[in-house]
Amino acid sequence: MAGITGKDAILTDYANKLARLDAPKGRSLTQDALRRLVRNKAAVVSIVVVVLIVLVAFIGPYFVPWGYSQVDWSAIRKPPDFDKGHFFGTDQNGRDMLARVLQGTQMSLIVAAVATVVSVAIGVVYGAVAGYFGGRVDAVMMRIVDIMYALPYILFVIILVVMFGRNPVLLFVGIGAIEWLTMARIVRGQTLSLKEKEFVEAARAGGAGPFTIILRHIVPNLTGPVVIYATLTIPEIIIAESFLSYLGLGVQEPQTSLGTLISFGAPVAEVLPWMLLAPAGVLVTLLLCLTYIGDGLRDALDPKDR
Amino acid sequence: MIAATENLLEIKGLRKSFSITTGLLSRPLELKALQDITFSIKKGETLGIVGESGCGKSTLGRCILQLIAPDEGQVLWLGQDLTRLPAEEMRKRRADLQIIFQDPLASLNPRMTVGEIIADPLRTLRPGMGKAERQARVVRMMEAVGLLPEMINRYPHEFSGGQAQRIGIARALITEPKLIVCDEPVSALDVSIQAQILNLLSELKDEFGLTLIFISHNLSVVRHVSDRILVLYLGRIVELATGDEIYEDPKHPYTRALLTAVPIPDPKLARQRNIDALKGEIPSPINPPSGCTFRTRCRFAKPRCAEVRPPLETLEGGRLVACIRWREIEIPEESEAILGA
Amino acid sequence: MSKVLDVIDLSVTFALHNSEVRAVNNLNFSLEAGETLAVVGESGSGKSQAFLSIMGLLAKNGRTSGRAMMGPIDLVGLETSQLDRVRGKDIAMIFQDPMTSLNPSLKVKTQLSEVLVKHRGFDKDKAVTTAIEMLERVGIPEPAKRANAFPHEMSGGMRQRVMIAMALLCQPKILIADEPTTALDVTVQAQMLELFKSLTEDFGTALVMITHDLGVVAGVADRMMVMYGGRAVETGMVDELFYDPRHPYTLGLLHSTPHIAHRQARLDPIQGLPPSLEHLPKGCSFNPRCAFCFDRCLEERPPLVPVSEASAREKACFYEGPLSYEKVA
Repeated sequence: MAGITGKDAILTDYANKLARLDAPKGRSLTQDALRRLVRNKAAVVSIVVVVLIVLVAFIGPYFVPWGYSQVDWSAIRKPPDFDKGHFFGTDQNGRDMLARVLQGTQMSLIVAAVATVVSVAIGVVYGAVAGYFGGRVDAVMMRIVDIMYALPYILFVIILVVMFGRNPVLLFVGIGAIEWLTMARIVRGQTLSLKEKEFVEAARAGGAGPFTIILRHIVPNLTGPVVIYATLTIPEIIIAESFLSYLGLGVQEPQTSLGTLISFGAPVAEVLPWMLLAPAGVLVTLLLCLTYIGDGLRDALDPKDR
Repeated sequence: MIAATENLLEIKGLRKSFSITTGLLSRPLELKALQDITFSIKKGETLGIVGESGCGKSTLGRCILQLIAPDEGQVLWLGQDLTRLPAEEMRKRRADLQIIFQDPLASLNPRMTVGEIIADPLRTLRPGMGKAERQARVVRMMEAVGLLPEMINRYPHEFSGGQAQRIGIARALITEPKLIVCDEPVSALDVSIQAQILNLLSELKDEFGLTLIFISHNLSVVRHVSDRILVLYLGRIVELATGDEIYEDPKHPYTRALLTAVPIPDPKLARQRNIDALKGEIPSPINPPSGCTFRTRCRFAKPRCAEVRPPLETLEGGRLVACIRWREIEIPEESEAILGA
Repeated sequence: MSKVLDVIDLSVTFALHNSEVRAVNNLNFSLEAGETLAVVGESGSGKSQAFLSIMGLLAKNGRTSGRAMMGPIDLVGLETSQLDRVRGKDIAMIFQDPMTSLNPSLKVKTQLSEVLVKHRGFDKDKAVTTAIEMLERVGIPEPAKRANAFPHEMSGGMRQRVMIAMALLCQPKILIADEPTTALDVTVQAQMLELFKSLTEDFGTALVMITHDLGVVAGVADRMMVMYGGRAVETGMVDELFYDPRHPYTLGLLHSTPHIAHRQARLDPIQGLPPSLEHLPKGCSFNPRCAFCFDRCLEERPPLVPVSEASAREKACFYEGPLSYEKVA
């Protein structure tokens, strides 16, 4: 007798039973970790601050009276002046600092986000494959990583700039191309220990092939270290971008980033302090908060009081 | 159709060694995990495999399932040699050959729900099966192993050790296998839970017509569940006989020593027994003694034992013994107390 | 016989994030000089925590109350400095995994002689000689050579012997062994139990053997105490409990353990799961799993009382008379 499952009556009974059951959702490891994270006050405050910065950076420009490349001829090199709407003052070209800081923050955040996504995507796949297959495959893949590590990345970025011009997209690619190396190493290390675990052996006994195991069993269990590492490298990425922009290899005028702003603000800091203070303040706050979040995540994902 | 007395599984001359690297410049050492393993398993029986550290019992279980590839030898499943099969073919047979692990929580993916874990082998090996049917089978299996179906969306860390082991058992059974290798399935569990799981395995074996290989270091547990018992020492078979034969009339000195060393939950018997306490410790499998590997600890060892490797002799009824002196050795009077009491 | 340890109303509580858990609840027992007491229980019974607290080795969020009198000294609540003088010298403890108990970067002889120098004031040479003698006494072959080795160069059984040697160097009155043979091979375990028996005889040490294995208890102990849910549920001489158990949990444990001489068709396991210490049942903690449970058991918790007037045996159960599963059928 064909039932819901199209097979025998017994199975149909069980299928009906399952439908009637109100099976409660379990408490996943992610939920546990989030609960622990929420208890960490420093991390929560940092998350709130970062969210605020992101919101202000992307929505703020609609509320600020001046555009980031707009020139106010009547106010060049002026300190903060609330009447004219220059809340953070103006730069040497008469452009509103607040608007520029917001735009710069936007750019730095976008670079950080994209570079992180790129490095995670490449790094996780590369590292998991190398770690799982082991042996010669692993040796070859890791030697490639070692060689790329040894190359000075500034040189690499300069070559890219020479070939493709000064393009912010390049910046993402360049930084992403560096960061994935460390991610791959970390993922490979984790994979090496994960593949010895019994549930992976159980999956092999269940007939799963290597790629099924990597995708279904190994990658989901990498979330912890990957998330922690990604959060802790965002500061690195922002600094790298700032450094590259400071050297003149990154963002093009009139667009700007935190690094570019700092690079313009530093030489005139004594005379026009507001040009340095604003972007530096944002950068420092962002980095500090991200570090707290990263620490909080590490404690949440690896509790000692288990 | 397989006749009831036909051999389901035949192992012939199985050999496995592991390479241990000791340093950049020195040659790697060879750890001889298994040597000259030859025996067979009949349909519907429970074969217990018992031994201490370094005996290779876990390696043997995994070699049978081809989770570890043996170096030499044959593993004949229903007449077909699994060691010669390409990976794709072997994968298809995995529905028939399953395994239950020692550490219940470590054998479950912490990021999957119970329902997903139990359904996993079905997803892989029966890809044509619809989700509804798969779920129905999962619920059926959960009830069969004594788990409440409402727990289907929970995660492994929300369960106790005994319940987690039930999940592992449900996963092993979902593809309706013919043979299950149980690798120390109760060693990590509390005593009262052990008994529940042992009873469960026995019921399931009858209900599903299974053949079991039960690996454990605990001779009392092995004796309780097994029809025949295979005793391993340092990678070699020393004795294979029925549970009663092993207990009443052990032929190999190591089997005797094991029996006297097993703790008995009976104070009067425990006081009477004369423990045939073995001297020394188990030698390293990297450098096993020449001739009979057991001779360094054997009371009955003679110079000949160092020169000749004892062949595995077949006695009546299919018993196996690997000792050149088994006919000559008498059971001392005192030992009768533990065995015959 | 004199008592070397008298534990009175010992309780151990752990502070968790939003609750408190009582791992040990009003434990009372005593230990006579030279005897071997087995403390039996499964996970969550509190058997290890009770002795860790007496030794002052509890985790940071643990609190002990009650008294543990070793002679005139109360071990509970001792200052660390005073505790250090007593630990290792009058009372010692060995654990299940000798690898984590021994310092992997120090040679064996260094770790052993350290104890002698500190507690008995020996000078270095005398300490090393005594240590080597003790290694021989615990059955380590070529003791002088082994003393120069590092822990990881020895096998599990060897390391456990080193632990025992270290614990006995100062000839303590009390030795607490927490599952000392669980991680060892069966033949090595047999050697170890023989060693315990001979050492306690020779040195007159009282031994507390914490274990879940009834076979080990039968082989080594004089008296035993069964714990469940943080309390003692039955105490008495080993023979008494094995042949005439008076608490259903003890009966259940006996029936759950496979006996190599009797091959039963089925074991009689105890139904249900060990209790969660945070949500103990009302009345007797064992009542959800008890085959002999009646109404009173659901309301009142049975106190630990003598089995009969003149008896030193105690049980925490309202059921009177001998127990057996035939009666329940």
